[in-house]
Amino acid sequence: MSQRVLSPTAPRKPAGVAERTRPSPRRRAVEAAEKSWRPLALLAACFGAWWVIAAAGWVESYLLPTPGATLDVLLEQPGYLWEHGWVTTYETLLGFLIAVGVGILSAVLMVYSSTVEKTLYPILLFAQVVPKIAIAPLFVVWLGFGIGPKVLIAVLIAFFPVVISMVTGLKAVDPEMLQLSATMGARPWQTFLKIRFPASLPHLFSGLKVAVTLAVTGAVVGEFVGANEGLGYVILQANGNLDTPMLFAGLLVMSLIGVVLFVLVEIAEKLLLPWHASRRDAAATTTL
Amino acid sequence: MGTVNDTALNKSDAAPEQPGAPSDRTATIAPAVRLADVAVRFRTKKKDVTALEEVSLDVARGEFVAIVGPSGCGKSTLLKLVAGLLAPSAGGVALGGEHVRGPRRDIGFVFQRAALLDWRSARRNILLQAEMRGLPAAGARARADELIRMTGLDGFEDAYPHELSGGMQQRVALCRALLHEPPVLLMDEPFGALDEPFGALDALTREQMNVELHRIWRETDTTVLLVTHSIPEAVYLADRVVVMSPRPGTVTEIIEVGLPREREYAATLASAEFRSATGRIRELLGAAGAHD
Repeated sequence: MSQRVLSPTAPRKPAGVAERTRPSPRRRAVEAAEKSWRPLALLAACFGAWWVIAAAGWVESYLLPTPGATLDVLLEQPGYLWEHGWVTTYETLLGFLIAVGVGILSAVLMVYSSTVEKTLYPILLFAQVVPKIAIAPLFVVWLGFGIGPKVLIAVLIAFFPVVISMVTGLKAVDPEMLQLSATMGARPWQTFLKIRFPASLPHLFSGLKVAVTLAVTGAVVGEFVGANEGLGYVILQANGNLDTPMLFAGLLVMSLIGVVLFVLVEIAEKLLLPWHASRRDAAATTTL
Repeated sequence: MGTVNDTALNKSDAAPEQPGAPSDRTATIAPAVRLADVAVRFRTKKKDVTALEEVSLDVARGEFVAIVGPSGCGKSTLLKLVAGLLAPSAGGVALGGEHVRGPRRDIGFVFQRAALLDWRSARRNILLQAEMRGLPAAGARARADELIRMTGLDGFEDAYPHELSGGMQQRVALCRALLHEPPVLLMDEPFGALDEPFGALDALTREQMNVELHRIWRETDTTVLLVTHSIPEAVYLADRVVVMSPRPGTVTEIIEVGLPREREYAATLASAEFRSATGRIRELLGAAGAHD
């Protein structure tokens, strides 16, 4: 039985409500093309330039491989890159998730207790100012060559944007909303769960998008310092062998991981905060 | 401080509250809202600002009182005192015969901006009131549906705030404030935002909102305290209009509006009583100067 029959119970939309119509697939494809042709064209131009420079022999091939040679590596050794790419992805995700958990918790504690804020904030700032890349060798000494130091660096590097965005979000709540909550006799945890936390999510997600891409960097830096697996290791090996096609292939896979993780966070944002995404899109179209 | 306040509050009470007397009995004797010699001072870096000075006001149960005055005369501060969101620097505030010591649950509050949660539909925004109070869900839902019908929001229950016009958002806020059937409804320029950018269209919405609010008030025995900067709105809606002076805010005069309880909008606006009351208030505000 078809579900597409117009049911008599379908909610009527009275005039005045902004229509939340679903555009047709064709219309959506056109919109997607309009939105993405410029960056795609730029990307194509960059690849074209790369190809021309490399193929014309202006630069020695051991310094700059052709796109074709890089692609060959990707196609010939997919297992090798996949295996090491997965290690890096795993370290990145683990580091990111720990950073999110600890970051949200610290942000909540800092917003609700000025003592915690005064104690924690200077240390946080200090931890952010210390170049994490410089302390990476120390972590290898402490934690060995396993995934420990990679995850730890990813956590440290992704933590800051999570805390800052969450604190901003929790503090940005409408004061009248909190007063209203007081007249409702709400308990502090109710105000937190029903008002403050959901209100902070748009801010949190902008921090998460920064954090997830930084986490990839963190994991790779960890691998540079001491590892026998992961894309950082692949790149160092390729570098030592002057195997530039492999080096470029490693870079491409690494970027791909970053892009995929970023897009996943965006999708999660759209699913969890549909009200925010639609309002933001509406705001964007009106300001244009 | 507590004893001073209590004395101030009981000063003009015919029958002072017996210790241990049932509170619902005293509630029928005491006015719904009482402000006794209230003053509010804010301390800023440069100087102390007196927002309210020697404000005394009794609002009877079921009465509709409007407060008008120039910008910055402490009208909104007055409502926050009644709600217990702000403590007076001097004097006392009582609600239903009970001294206000902190945020009060037995009120409904409507702010100038609707203050709705973006991630909740109109109905779920209204039901927030019930969730916070732990009211039984089924009863609250039925009551919400009733309010949605009363305010003409039917068909928009599942719309999100950004899909609603300013007037509709304000209706949702009104429903939320009325859900728990509070004895006292406090409204801080609830329709003030409606006449900001688009004149004619929203003036119509404002008129509708006034008519609806008055009908809702007639149908319930709610006590209403409304802060507004619209003189016609104040006179059309209220039994009494409190006219306030510029900062520091004091009560200049209280105007009794001699209009019948049932008020047809156009006929009321054309009546002699309406014109004399609005004229008198304009005069008072003009004499005080600085009215916008």
